[in-house]
Amino acid sequence: MSAPTLDRPAAPDETALQEHFDATIAADKRIEPRDWMPEGYRKGLIRQIAQHAHSEIIGMQPEGDWLLAAPSLRRKAILLAKVQDEAGHGMYLYSAAETLGADRADLTDKLIERKQKYSSIFNYPTLTYADVGVIGWLVDGAAICNQVPLCRSSYGPYARAMIRVCKEESFHQRQGFELLMTMMRGTDAQRAMVQDAVDRWWWPSLMMFGPPDTDSPNTAQSMAWGVKRHTNDELRQRFVDMTVPQAAVLGVALPDPDLAPDPATGRYRFGPIDWSELEAVIAGNGPCNDERIARRRAARDDNAWVLEAATAYAHKNAP
Amino acid sequence: MGHQETVYDALDHAHGGEGQWAFGTGFDEPLAGVDTTVPEGIDPADLGAYCLMLGDDALVLCQRLTQWVTNAPELEEEVALANCGLDLLGQARLLLARAGSVGVLCRSRALATGSIPDEDALAYFRGPDEFRSSGLVEAPNGDFGQTIVRLLAASSWRLALFTRLRDSRDPVLAAIAAKGVPELTYHRDHAARWLLRLGDGTPESHRRAQAGVDAVWPLLADLFTATDVETRLTAAGVAVDPADLRDEVRGVLATVLERATLTVPGWPVEVPSRGRAGEHGPELAALLADLQGLARKHPAATW
Amino acid sequence: MSTDLTAEGGHGAVPTGPEIPVEPKASITRRDWPLYEVFVRGKRGLNHVHVGSLHAPDDEMAVHAARDLYTRRNEGVSIWVVKAADITASSPDEKDPMFAPSGDKVYRHPTFYEIPEDVPHM
Repeated sequence: MSAPTLDRPAAPDETALQEHFDATIAADKRIEPRDWMPEGYRKGLIRQIAQHAHSEIIGMQPEGDWLLAAPSLRRKAILLAKVQDEAGHGMYLYSAAETLGADRADLTDKLIERKQKYSSIFNYPTLTYADVGVIGWLVDGAAICNQVPLCRSSYGPYARAMIRVCKEESFHQRQGFELLMTMMRGTDAQRAMVQDAVDRWWWPSLMMFGPPDTDSPNTAQSMAWGVKRHTNDELRQRFVDMTVPQAAVLGVALPDPDLAPDPATGRYRFGPIDWSELEAVIAGNGPCNDERIARRRAARDDNAWVLEAATAYAHKNAP
Repeated sequence: MGHQETVYDALDHAHGGEGQWAFGTGFDEPLAGVDTTVPEGIDPADLGAYCLMLGDDALVLCQRLTQWVTNAPELEEEVALANCGLDLLGQARLLLARAGSVGVLCRSRALATGSIPDEDALAYFRGPDEFRSSGLVEAPNGDFGQTIVRLLAASSWRLALFTRLRDSRDPVLAAIAAKGVPELTYHRDHAARWLLRLGDGTPESHRRAQAGVDAVWPLLADLFTATDVETRLTAAGVAVDPADLRDEVRGVLATVLERATLTVPGWPVEVPSRGRAGEHGPELAALLADLQGLARKHPAATW
Repeated sequence: MSTDLTAEGGHGAVPTGPEIPVEPKASITRRDWPLYEVFVRGKRGLNHVHVGSLHAPDDEMAVHAARDLYTRRNEGVSIWVVKAADITASSPDEKDPMFAPSGDKVYRHPTFYEIPEDVPHM
């Protein structure tokens, strides 16, 4: 680093910067992009926001597979608006990551090269149209549990992006629940479709919250930094408590014989989760991992000429 | 019911009563609350047939644009193409509902149960021979360049038409057209911007854009010859003779292509439309199989 | 678990260990478009407010894409876009440590890349 010049004050020392950072976090104030921040905080945030963004973009695909076949024009409009929102959410999040020194094209490369990951939930196939409803109800419901606290993330741009995302996400959960309500009032075949979809998505939804707190060593640091606000187990419990009464309204059974209210706590107890499945899916052995990534790769590579054309045109016509 | 409302309320409250999400995602049917009386001197069968032509064009092109979603060159373009698709879907729903409101349902009701609204009966339960869409929108997408050229051509034609249809003697059709004009202006603008960049971008993009132009141009041949329905409705002040659109559309396309440094092909020899007569190729059959498969498997279902 | 997983970002458990790279790699032929900041005036009588950013090849496409993304629900009547690189920033309350070469930029954009070892004379 060059020596300080006369008109530029000397850099404050690292200890003072760290103290200022810690005090900002302690006061529950937001860290902004130009603030000094510990490298671990910055890198952790890039990883978190980037993988969150990847999840939004990959998350377009399972439901997007039904866009052409949506069974009514109203459902098609809803689904198209929803998938479009997810592209928007990905963009808001990549923007937030870029304030930390990341680069969207580079993050996309890391996704395609499988160096960065996305939520394992999107590696399951959508077998019937009921899956569209269940994704809205359970998967988006679980995402809302995770995301609402992120609106208070200590990092300003991330928190602001999340406020916008959460607003739109509530539409998503509502449309999913409403689709399922309609299907449950429909034919026997439709009701069977809904129950089948719930059976397939329930456990993966619970896994969305991540391993038990005892197996999640990074959680403590993330919580100290105000980047994560609740532990995996807390959020999972909150989701279960919220969802069980909704399942009763729908008239579907949740596929867990151990699921029961606990009179002592007023919360619901649930059965053990098969973590080996989550591990396999994350490792790339889920039903759709290859397909999801292949589509992003094709979108990038097959259309590279389009981006190059626009860049060339911009250079030719630069003022 | 009380509990159910609570669930909705909780979800509704979460977005702070923000306005509508996107057009058509609410519970109302497209023409809810609209007076659908047909003015005197207009043949309802003709009016319905005309709405099918315009509605089918929008539905089929929406389906084509939707094929790009999750496959587009950039995230910005995912959003843009989905916006165009949503606009066209909204237009299709209004037009199909208008056709249904005047009793034009073709053979769809032989399959669709009574709980299925007219727009869906028409979209999902007509065979390819009952579709009235044009060959321009039916053609497969090709690459991004060809997709953009087709969007430019289709939106230019439709915008020229809708601008005039705002004065239609059918007030419902006039209102649908008035809603569509700003949407189509935006689609045409989007396509034109892209074509400038592709045509005058790199040698490869120029080559691809020109190939797109050459592929799309022959599809313009049957857009400007009136069917009998259009001739009668034009005389009745309801429709517009597509021949009257030719100069404007041709002028717009030539202007954009020239600015994009692309060669404007010779104008194709005009012929009566096969699509408007219900004659379609295998591409439409495949597109409809995707569109209709699920709905047809459950004809008694409501969604 | 063989890898550290946490539900840290929205949609659920993802690996969070040090094996996940975050820094931009050296990118000699950068194909991505410049970053634009977007400002929208929600309604007449209000200021333009920063709403986010996007990538676009040029100003015209940037304002067009901004309209698609940030006002698709008719939230805005007026949009400004500006290249992030063209904004000069002064934020006394944000403790930028060094007033370093990038210190007058709004964000920490990836001005400096790690150069791979096989690129000579970089």
